[in-house]
Amino acid sequence: MSILVNKDTKVIVQGFTGGEGTFHAEQCMDYGTNIVGGVTPNKGGQEHLGKPVFNTVAEAVAATGATVSMVFVPPAFVADAVMEAADAGIELAVIITEGAPVRDMMYAKMYATKKGMKTIGPNCPGIITAEECKIGIMPGNIFKKGNVGLISKSGTLTYEGANQVCTEGFGISTAVGIGGDPIIGLSYLQLLPMFEADPETEAIVMIGEIGGDLEIQAAKYIKENITKPVVAFIAGQTAPKGKRMGHAGAIVSGSAGTAKEKMEALEAAGVKVVVSPAEIGKAVKEVLSK
Amino acid sequence: MNVHEYQAKQIFAEYGVPTPKGKVAHSVEEAVENAKELGGPIWVVKAQIHAGGRGLGGGVKLAKSLDEVKELAEEILGMTLVTHQTGPEGKLVQKVYIEDGADIKDEYYLGIVLDRAKEMPVIMASTEGGMEIEKVAEETPEKIVKVAVDPTIGFQGFHGRELVFGLGITDKQEQRKFIDFASKLFKIYMDKDVELIEINPLIRTGSGDFLALDGKMGFDDSALFRHPDIEAMRDISEEDSDEREASEYGLSYISLDGEIGCMVNGAGLAMGTMDTINYVGGTPANFLDVGGKANAETVAKGFEIILKNPKVKSIFVNIFGGIVRCDRIANGILEATKLVDVHVPVIVRLDGTNAPEAAEILKNANIDNVIAATDLLDGAKKAVAAAKGEL
Repeated sequence: MSILVNKDTKVIVQGFTGGEGTFHAEQCMDYGTNIVGGVTPNKGGQEHLGKPVFNTVAEAVAATGATVSMVFVPPAFVADAVMEAADAGIELAVIITEGAPVRDMMYAKMYATKKGMKTIGPNCPGIITAEECKIGIMPGNIFKKGNVGLISKSGTLTYEGANQVCTEGFGISTAVGIGGDPIIGLSYLQLLPMFEADPETEAIVMIGEIGGDLEIQAAKYIKENITKPVVAFIAGQTAPKGKRMGHAGAIVSGSAGTAKEKMEALEAAGVKVVVSPAEIGKAVKEVLSK
Repeated sequence: MNVHEYQAKQIFAEYGVPTPKGKVAHSVEEAVENAKELGGPIWVVKAQIHAGGRGLGGGVKLAKSLDEVKELAEEILGMTLVTHQTGPEGKLVQKVYIEDGADIKDEYYLGIVLDRAKEMPVIMASTEGGMEIEKVAEETPEKIVKVAVDPTIGFQGFHGRELVFGLGITDKQEQRKFIDFASKLFKIYMDKDVELIEINPLIRTGSGDFLALDGKMGFDDSALFRHPDIEAMRDISEEDSDEREASEYGLSYISLDGEIGCMVNGAGLAMGTMDTINYVGGTPANFLDVGGKANAETVAKGFEIILKNPKVKSIFVNIFGGIVRCDRIANGILEATKLVDVHVPVIVRLDGTNAPEAAEILKNANIDNVIAATDLLDGAKKAVAAAKGEL
């Protein structure tokens, strides 16, 4: 078991024949992901990496039965691509693209929601179910199969966290990089119940950062609904106010969205909060040996 | 990207959002010319910098004659203005805006930002104009009217009514004018990919008109590609030169107060590295994300920018190699130390793909001030010790 994706998930790639799309699609296929084709307008009918290329997502879905799309379309066109996926009946779009205009994502997410399509990202490393299915750009080799679910706003902190969990002798069920933009798809509130319901997952690591209040909402939800142990780290305790720390959404505006308030809320919800990402592995070991 | 008040008001004018008449000046002579053209009898001389709190800092003053305009322009142009938003070093004033004095009856606040929880723009209005909105939100939150607008339907009459009734504007003429004002401002927000728009104060004049007395705007950097008119308003003298230089090389850099330079891949890990340095008793000198494509050139540039800061006593390079293999990054670091004179100890932690090979490369290179670390915590501790001269 796992959440959202597994070895049977049929995946198409939007922006399949571009540089990024090609490189990462190949890496995903090597990992074992069931990529059934891709979409690049005006390249329909061709073959790429041994898989069929289609002009539209609708054609790709009709021909392959794909339910998930991995999106590498450049930022200026990414909202269009996401809405196309939603329109074609895709169930989950994993949006890797960095630098999407916020206004575009606002419309794209509204349309996706209307059509019942889930989204992950944008500006994220994607999702991986260890040793089964990788839809994204993370280094697959560090994710050993196991019983820890991971949700993270940051790409490299996802790797850091997963690596520590595995070094401590545990492993990952599914890891989801949700991205650090102001508007994102699936977040803690949607993913926590999925991990709670997943019999394979025994503990959850959540990695957040400054800006917005998703972690505060998560804390409230955890307190009332999550029975599995949760370990959390919030990046940006030492970040200055009013400065955007790399991610478009990582900014403390006025006195809102600080690491401190998020850490306090999580601690009050019974979460094991660590002050450095270097302590994630040890904390997981601690909560799992209780 | 942020713009000056006078530029925000140019955009307001384009959309018919009423503002007092005014004109920007780069010299004292131009300031007086502008004042003559405007006619008076009262003018406001306003420093143009990208920071709030200009009035309190002495950068906004009233003139009652052309002589006074001249005196004030002489005083303000070239001054280093310190406000609560500029930091103690302040900002050099290179432009002043000369504006018609207005007949202020009431002061309001009107702003539009993205409500991240609702995932749509929210219009915020308050009768407490002239005050910092964060302060109003903290002390008297009931005085802020918030109206979220679903962009798929746009600004409707009911949004406007919620605003005017919320603010207690009862005169029908005035209601109509305020709603028109807010509707135009919302159009600007959507059309121009605005991140933040703030008018504080928005005034009601004695004759019942609403005017934007101030204007603050920030734009979504990711959308500037489709707004060449906005991009053209960029004032690079207002931006941190190191941050700007870094961004030209695809690096994301923010300078901080501490002693330990940081070079990291990924924004989250970069913040996590700063937090870890702090956790083990050190102080980070900067945030630096080298991105997913760290190579010799970007690493060299990173070293160069970090070392411009004389406070830096050690550098912690913390890379978690994913798709990018660590052995290549190790070679990149060695290459970079040849390109840039790195005169402080450099602690290198490389983990992830091909980390053992990378450790071997660094060991064999045997460079005096390049010290390998085994993991994040070890690296942070070594960087702190090195900064104290204890390594």
